Amino acid sequence: MDLSYTPEEEAFRAEVRAFLSEKLPRHLSEKVRLGKRLTKSDMESWHAVLNAQGWLAPNWPKEYGGAEWDAVQRMIFEEEACLAHAPRIVPFGLSMLAPVLMAFGSEEQRQHYLPRILSGEDWWCQGYSEPGAGSDLAALKTKAVRDGDHYVVNGQKTWTTLGQHANWIFCLVRTDADAKKQEGISFLLIDMNTPGVTVRPIVLIDGEAEVNEVFFDDVRVPASNLVGEENKGWTYAKYLLTHERTNIAGVGFSNAALATLKHVAANTRSGGKPLDQNPYFAARMAQAEIDLMAMATTNLRVVSAAAKGQAPGPESSMLKIKGTVIRQELSSLLRRAAGPDAMPFLPDYLDGGDNVPAEGPEHAPAAAPNYFNMRKLSIFGGSNEIQRTIITKAILQL
Amino acid sequence: MDFNLTEERGLLRDMLQKFLGEKYGHEERRKLIASGKAYNAGIYAEMAELGVLGALFSEEDGGLGGAGFDIAVVFEELGRAGVIEPILGNAVLAGSLIAELGTDSQKELIGSVIAGEFLLAFAHAEPASRYDLNHVTASAKTDGGQIMLNGTKAHVLNGAQAGMLVVSAREAGADWDETGISLFLVPADADGMTIVDHPNVDGTSAAAIRLENVVVDEGARLGASGEAFGAIEAAVARATLAVSAEALGAMEAAKALTIDYLKERKQFGIAIGKFQALQHRMADVLIEVEQARSAVINLAGHLDALRDLRERHVSATKNLIGRASALVGEEAVQMHGGIGMTDEYALSHFVRRMVMIDHLFGDVDHHLERFISLNAA
Repeated sequence: MDLSYTPEEEAFRAEVRAFLSEKLPRHLSEKVRLGKRLTKSDMESWHAVLNAQGWLAPNWPKEYGGAEWDAVQRMIFEEEACLAHAPRIVPFGLSMLAPVLMAFGSEEQRQHYLPRILSGEDWWCQGYSEPGAGSDLAALKTKAVRDGDHYVVNGQKTWTTLGQHANWIFCLVRTDADAKKQEGISFLLIDMNTPGVTVRPIVLIDGEAEVNEVFFDDVRVPASNLVGEENKGWTYAKYLLTHERTNIAGVGFSNAALATLKHVAANTRSGGKPLDQNPYFAARMAQAEIDLMAMATTNLRVVSAAAKGQAPGPESSMLKIKGTVIRQELSSLLRRAAGPDAMPFLPDYLDGGDNVPAEGPEHAPAAAPNYFNMRKLSIFGGSNEIQRTIITKAILQL
Repeated sequence: MDFNLTEERGLLRDMLQKFLGEKYGHEERRKLIASGKAYNAGIYAEMAELGVLGALFSEEDGGLGGAGFDIAVVFEELGRAGVIEPILGNAVLAGSLIAELGTDSQKELIGSVIAGEFLLAFAHAEPASRYDLNHVTASAKTDGGQIMLNGTKAHVLNGAQAGMLVVSAREAGADWDETGISLFLVPADADGMTIVDHPNVDGTSAAAIRLENVVVDEGARLGASGEAFGAIEAAVARATLAVSAEALGAMEAAKALTIDYLKERKQFGIAIGKFQALQHRMADVLIEVEQARSAVINLAGHLDALRDLRERHVSATKNLIGRASALVGEEAVQMHGGIGMTDEYALSHFVRRMVMIDHLFGDVDHHLERFISLNAA
């Protein structure tokens, strides 16, 4: 047992910290710090800064231009990036599609798509969920029928995060309607500029259109855009999900949120004294912090096992549940800390640059939208109930 | 970063697990408690021989370890088996204080503790002190090289079995002052000592002690006059780690019993573990046990840190352990149904111990409030 980092890991942390302090643009970190909305170009410009450093793809091997960091290094980077209020790396191309292409794609696909993900030339989104296929993903109905050198795709995807910015979508489609539901699915890459693709934004509970519906109406997709073998898509999808679940605990996000919460609570007065001296509020904050301290160690236990080559298994379900519950609680506390100032809805402030003044304290306008947005955490990536079922079967073996 | 046990600790754990698995089954334990004895002297001697007590002391004090992870490994196994033998009050509390403050001749006691030949106890808490370590009203008056002790001590773990007690008493200051508290080594059979044993809810035992004009000489003093508080707090930090790890072991045992029961027990024609209402609750139990394990690791890893950091982890860990214990205990009983409440079945014994641990060295609320104060400091 040794809870300390190696000198190499400490040096790496110092390097990351120095990089962030030098290269993270102030106008971006201010937006993130205040919970403001990021534009497409905000995200692209941060990706470009990371790419120039060779750090955009932490989990990729060096031969494809990745940083090839181990699990502990990736965690250190996440922690530091969150504390510095860096924008998060948009994961769809980098940590979802890319591992699938590396494992199952053709050499041509790897050579073509991977560099374009790094350069930002392509923005990918994920075509998984459908109106009738949420937690039961294999119930998906979007159909792809082979017609010569093409597939003809018809159907609908939904909850497509940041699809409004994307020019490509990786989709699970049904290629064999007669097979068992997991066995008739294929993994298809679709250019969103193809005729018949329509994107419609969905405005969510936080007032923002972060997700979309994507419609496919006789969309002709070259058969060469199939990844791997036809009807083996479910295998690739499950592989992708294991990558989606790395960093699922979100310790870095929670550490940053806790630091913000403490700052806000110390600088908000209630009943003539700072809010962090209100015994009820202080108790809830302390309880979240104590849970986070233990969860950070639970995460390290899983990460350090992964770094030694042991694959993160069903433990990631545990981290997903605990991690999301803590993040949701912190967002709830920050909303309550804002008091009545949580009520005004100020999209201009949330969208705006540095020049739009807040009404009330600077953290207040984003507090309620952020709380509402965080409800997604226990729903997406396999709802927390699905995670409990995974624990039941894989660990408890009930 | 490494979350694996060292080879030595792994061996100690395996050996202790095997020994307790063979010698400390639920039936043996029930018989022991029903006999009214505070512990089984034969088992205790064997445990000493295995090095269980030695693992709790540093090499310079004649032991084999003494670090946080040594305490954690030993007590997790004691908790998993529900061991009631006198180790906590004896070796961890009183033993740590003598190791920390004792003169060479006073430290000779440690050798006989490690050998399992002699028991110590720590008489500190008083009827009105609740969890406040600084609340000491027992008095020590010095007169011509003689020290006279008066006062009442409560909940003294294995106090009626010990040959020598480490007694706290005030030489200066007011009732709640941290300064002015001193420690003395007092033989259990000294004139003026009244020691009344009583069983606890969980099968352990403790004593109420009255000191009436008990006279010791200067050689009985442990550490400097009036300056014992820091050492008391540090010893209680070690004991808090010990009971946290013990609760973890009890949680693991309760979890294992419950998983087995969910697979075996049939209602409506199927194993009750097939019901999602129970599956998801069991998944939450598993998550909280893992959180408890992480909390124990956090405290074990910071036991030798500077005081403020150490105590922050003491309170964080004890708070989380108390919450996790209550959840695991209550859920395990609920999922078992009536059988989980019977004295005959092992689960009720683990539940009693893990819940009673909440009442040792500060409960969930005490440590939440303390964590907040330590954060603000």
